Amino acid sequence: MTALLERPAPVKPAGPSSRARRLARRVAGPWTYAALIAILAGSAFPVYWSFVVSSQTPDAIDSVPPVLVPGGHLFENIARVFDTTDFALAMMNSIIVAGTVTVSVVLFSTLAGFAFAKLKFRGRNVLLLLIIATQAIPTELGIIPLYMMMAEFGWAGEIHAVIVPGLVTAFGVFFMRQYFERAIPNELLEAGRMDGCHSLRLFWHVALPAARPAAAVLGLFTFMQAWNDFFWPLVVLVPENPTVQTALSTLASGYTTDYTLVLTAATIGTVPVLVVFLLFGRQIVGGIMSGAVKG
Amino acid sequence: MDKTARRHRWDTKFAPYGYVAPYFLIFGVFGLFPLLYTIWVSMQHRNLLDEGGAYVVWFDNYGKLLADPYFWNAMGNTLSLWLLTTVPQILFALFIAQLLNRKVRTRTLFRMGVILPNITSVAAVTIIFAQLFGRDFGLFNWVLGLFGAGQIDWQAGTATSHIAIAVMVVWRWTGYHALIFLASMQAIPSSLYEAATLDGASGRQQFWRITVPLLRPQIIFSTIIATTGNMRLLAEPLLFNPGAAAATGGSDRQFQTAALYLYEQGFTNYDFGYSSAIAVVLAIATVIVAGLGYLVTKRIRTE
Repeated sequence: MTALLERPAPVKPAGPSSRARRLARRVAGPWTYAALIAILAGSAFPVYWSFVVSSQTPDAIDSVPPVLVPGGHLFENIARVFDTTDFALAMMNSIIVAGTVTVSVVLFSTLAGFAFAKLKFRGRNVLLLLIIATQAIPTELGIIPLYMMMAEFGWAGEIHAVIVPGLVTAFGVFFMRQYFERAIPNELLEAGRMDGCHSLRLFWHVALPAARPAAAVLGLFTFMQAWNDFFWPLVVLVPENPTVQTALSTLASGYTTDYTLVLTAATIGTVPVLVVFLLFGRQIVGGIMSGAVKG
Repeated sequence: MDKTARRHRWDTKFAPYGYVAPYFLIFGVFGLFPLLYTIWVSMQHRNLLDEGGAYVVWFDNYGKLLADPYFWNAMGNTLSLWLLTTVPQILFALFIAQLLNRKVRTRTLFRMGVILPNITSVAAVTIIFAQLFGRDFGLFNWVLGLFGAGQIDWQAGTATSHIAIAVMVVWRWTGYHALIFLASMQAIPSSLYEAATLDGASGRQQFWRITVPLLRPQIIFSTIIATTGNMRLLAEPLLFNPGAAAATGGSDRQFQTAALYLYEQGFTNYDFGYSSAIAVVLAIATVIVAGLGYLVTKRIRTE
């Protein structure tokens, strides 16, 4: 998604009419469909297979040939996951973390993005450059001092240790800034200023309503990222107070591992992002694609 | 100056700082500060298990690092995985983008399909793949068995474990790059292809002579993304062989990446100073790679 930094391939003014363009674009033949269906199957297979295993009895995982169709033991396995581990706590923690982080990232990114795009202030370019630069360095590399800080605050093992560093992201600010640059004409804000509008009112009544589509896309990405985050929660949390992802790794690392249980948990943990994806897939795809070209 | 004008002045001058302040406050404390403080920690002897506490040793950790065969092993594995993941990702993504760029019915379905791997959690998916790559009952070995190949112990060998991990990474990221390429492909004017068709260029020639050169900025950009991602590759090798010794990346460290070695030193050996030195070296490597990529991209753009 950092691809936002990128400019599109050089676009020359479109010459021919849209009819000619349509003719020029190759119509997909049966081979294209066959290839696309194979790719679709390959993309979906691991998740599907995990679902299959979670609907079978525990011995199914060791069967030759492997099972490939769902069985009737899904609810039994789900019950087993919640009975044998504190997966309910993990789900709750993940919902709290992802929910809080999403609301906060969207709010603060919109606010800062608006200021960077539409307000003039000293040091604006330097600060913006700082944001862009820090996108290049993975913050995971500061994980030791971050852990030391959390230990110092007494937050280690608590979910605020996961939430607080995630409350803002450089990507979010940059993403919203790019959107505001294009989405709100300066004249509109000038007019508002002439009418004596304070910039916070401009933000509230002009920028925020206009930001809704971009804020929604940012929210989707942030939710999925926060839900799927693995490294930092693994470091700072304890097995007794996990998120879904760290609970999975604990489940998978026992000396004798019940893989049906692990894969059932993996399936359950994937459901929230899958639901979000099925509801908003179009926006997610559009967000990735526009991230690549618009800049 | 009347009251309204003064308020207006205050608003235009100072209010913007208020709007960006929450970001910089939180990011400064929990993002930038730890990143910079790592450098200071890397110059200390600091081990949680050591009762003696921390003291400054300047560059001793770096000296130890350069002479550490495990570190070089991890760097070598990172490099090997970089080769095994980046090239297939870009090639497959180009191929998929090319397919999706045709007039396809239910294109939204296919686009969602290719990005599905990218939205699923790395922990869940790696655990699933670890099962698929199982030695005795894994699906991949079963399929290979149908073709008469023997049971491969994917985790045991260096090459096989790297291939298995590369499959996970490629599976996860190819669709993302494909959508980025697709977006740029759609911006290429069709007149270019029409002219080429009139000149008798085949579809293949058009792809390599028109599409790929025009996508060069995106291809280089995707390469940078894949490379920096590879520098912090950790979840896949950690969860490929979950267990008490997961952080070593296999019994012989055959698939321990640099980021995983950082994790091992920091959070199983609690050697914070040494682990920080690894982090600094990785950060420098990442910045150099990203910077080189940026320079190349910039050159191509202005050509």
